[in-house]
Amino acid sequence: MEAFSILAANLTGDEAKAAAAAGSAGFAYGLAAIGPGIGIGYLVGKSVEAMARQPEAAGMVRTTMFLGIAFTEALALIGFVVFILIGL
Amino acid sequence: MLALEFPPINEILRWRDVIDPVGLNKVALIGIAAALVAIVIFLLASNQDGMTAPKGVRNLAETIVEFIEEQIIMPTMGRQGLGWTPFLLSLFVFIYLCNLPGIIPIVYMPATARIAIPLVLSLLVWVVFIGVGFKHQGFGYLKNSLFPPGVPGPLYILVAPIEFISTFLVRPFSLTVRLFANMLAGHILLVTFALLTEELVQGDSWILKPVGILPFFMLLFITAFEVLVGFLQAYIFTILAAVYIGGAAHPEH
Repeated sequence: MEAFSILAANLTGDEAKAAAAAGSAGFAYGLAAIGPGIGIGYLVGKSVEAMARQPEAAGMVRTTMFLGIAFTEALALIGFVVFILIGL
Repeated sequence: MLALEFPPINEILRWRDVIDPVGLNKVALIGIAAALVAIVIFLLASNQDGMTAPKGVRNLAETIVEFIEEQIIMPTMGRQGLGWTPFLLSLFVFIYLCNLPGIIPIVYMPATARIAIPLVLSLLVWVVFIGVGFKHQGFGYLKNSLFPPGVPGPLYILVAPIEFISTFLVRPFSLTVRLFANMLAGHILLVTFALLTEELVQGDSWILKPVGILPFFMLLFITAFEVLVGFLQAYIFTILAAVYIGGAAHPEH
């Protein structure tokens, strides 16, 4: 509720800009986390399935899984960097 | 009620120069220390007699070398890639030792949470994998990476720019950002929960003092988690370097 009272008060240009930046930074990170969250969940779930079906291939599956996680996670991390850049 | 003021980002990341004229600050000193520790460990290990059973520091060194060979090089580059062990080993150990100070009490600063170290390392990997590509395939490397075989002719108008961006621009960028942002996020999380604990325990309200135990446990949990993250990021950086170098050395058919 505090956020709304800030918005309602009379703000100078800089303060209004800072408030808007803080709000949009939160949105930027939240939106950036959705896709990679689903992606990593799906990826690891499928990898566990593969490892359970074929335990002797577990090492290879694990390596590939980490590679996939690295690529998927990059999107969320770019969102985090944007969050730092516009929010702070 | 609570005087919770998160410090500005510069206060938790920008450090004063310790040795003034040279401009060495905490982050640079951690980087130097990481390099020195790695050099000392592996020099001590290499001085031991290799014929007898390994003991002490040599055990540690052999475990790390074996991990690099078995878990990073063999699955990505195969047997021909074993010559890259020294390079990838240095990358892995240096990144891990730069990540570790993020959770060592008193120090509490991962050197990789400033973008300089990840950026230099990933530019190094970038130069190395392009160099390897040109060495092994000559100018065919550009042709193989920009015009992958098996694509219908007209589509090359689309495929070539995409391949160029993803191979030569996005790779170093994503290597940098992945390592940097992971360590920065961990650092900020630690600061947040430490601050929350302190404010709750030392605050005026008697009711809130016992609640301070919750962020403290979270702090412990995140510290343990950061050990894992530091290792995982060093592993991922190294394995991606291995994949890029392996892909440049041997084109897909």
